[in-house]
Amino acid sequence: MKRFKYSEITPEKIYKNRRSFIKSIGLGASSLAISTIPFANKSFANDRYKLTSYKDITTYNNYYEFGTSKSDPYRNSKIFKTTPWEISIEGEVEKPIKLSMEEISEMFVSEERIYRLRCVEGWSMVIPWMGFSLSELLSKVNPTNKAKFVEFESVYDPAQMKGQRYPVLNWPYNEGLRIDEAMHPLTTVVTGLYGKKLPNQNGAPFRIFIPWKYGFKSAKAIVKIKFVENMPTSSWMWASPREYGFYSNVNPNVDHPRWSQATERIIGEGVWAPRVKTLMFNGYGDEVASLYTGMDLKKYF
Amino acid sequence: MKKYLKPGVFILCSIPFLIILYKIFLNNLGPEPVKEITHFTGEWTLIFICLTLLMSPLKRFTKLSVWISFRRTLGLFVFFYATLHLLTYVGLDYRFSWSPILDDVVKKKYIFIGFAAWLLLLPLAITSSQKMVLLLKNNWKKLHRLIYVIAIFGSLHYIWLSKTIFFRPLVYLIIILVLLALRIKIKKRIINYG
Repeated sequence: MKRFKYSEITPEKIYKNRRSFIKSIGLGASSLAISTIPFANKSFANDRYKLTSYKDITTYNNYYEFGTSKSDPYRNSKIFKTTPWEISIEGEVEKPIKLSMEEISEMFVSEERIYRLRCVEGWSMVIPWMGFSLSELLSKVNPTNKAKFVEFESVYDPAQMKGQRYPVLNWPYNEGLRIDEAMHPLTTVVTGLYGKKLPNQNGAPFRIFIPWKYGFKSAKAIVKIKFVENMPTSSWMWASPREYGFYSNVNPNVDHPRWSQATERIIGEGVWAPRVKTLMFNGYGDEVASLYTGMDLKKYF
Repeated sequence: MKKYLKPGVFILCSIPFLIILYKIFLNNLGPEPVKEITHFTGEWTLIFICLTLLMSPLKRFTKLSVWISFRRTLGLFVFFYATLHLLTYVGLDYRFSWSPILDDVVKKKYIFIGFAAWLLLLPLAITSSQKMVLLLKNNWKKLHRLIYVIAIFGSLHYIWLSKTIFFRPLVYLIIILVLLALRIKIKKRIINYG
């Protein structure tokens, strides 16, 4: 696996300001991870490594709680209140716990993690998240031997989230992972973006990010994490089981029933830029392919 | 006054095209420009379909026959925007790489029905001249009823490509169904009085 130095993928301006923003968010230099974007091979255009602009990442979002249009979340999430916020870890665990956001940010050190995001709709971004592995948080509880899956429930608050006033999805938003997927080091709890606090439209205050799966698997504004015995039915599976499977791994060989997943458009590349080929597991095959050994990925899509 | 009406309608119909050209040249199309052009031309095709279908009910409600004289221009703009929409998809998005395009047309029902709708528009565009009206006589009217099928296809195309029917695909479906339902009523009335 080729590793890319941080300086190779970060726009110069941000790179130069890096020291100052690390100081400003109160983290020591030790917390600066040399982030990597793993790829199966290195024969792509340079655009694959280029960070998507802060503006595009924060104004082009799929977050149906705030509306179905891409620009809705930016507009409609401004007044969304993220304090106080509590996350409950419960279900098949020996001792359920509740943690406030303050406690979480004291307990875990966030590092910069640059990951590619591939949306099921066929576009992609490269995002410098701030966060830590979900496994660190989940290790605070002891799952019982019944626990096989982890379910994520997002907040339900139609007063603040106007998209929830309509039956677009089965609210509250629900997602799930197998325990080994949830414990994988790439599965990230996101707390920030571009060295700043996570904006509301990107899922503040607490979201997860799973870089080898389609974007909708990465639930936003999570309030409940539940260990369960049976495979959860996610909101999208509920809406259309034929189109959205539980696994939803990025896979160029398995089409969405209505459109091809073989290629994608890179956000911010302008009108004349061509499509690029989509990579198996979004380019994270070296890290995660072993989770699915022996599985028919066409069947378990 | 009346002689300025038709050129006026023509200019109005061109405005969306001028807007998209302007946006392309100013690079003002947002994070996903190709999708933006595709959606823009697609949505204006649907709007022009609705406008075309609106003319004969308008004539009936206002008792002014002038509406009918706009119908051909509106119909030709349906074809114009539908063709831009198709060209954006085939040329700009897929760079004329035919194998994925053909694969899509065969396998993906929203592409199939969208392409079918464009093919159905072809005979209507070809037979739009006054000469053709005279030549085809009664058949012309029958042929041009294809716009009802095209409208339904267009609406299904939008519904099938969207993740959920809420809200715009649903709005267009309702508008198109209402416009078509208005025509059913006309027929019934004729039968009743006949």
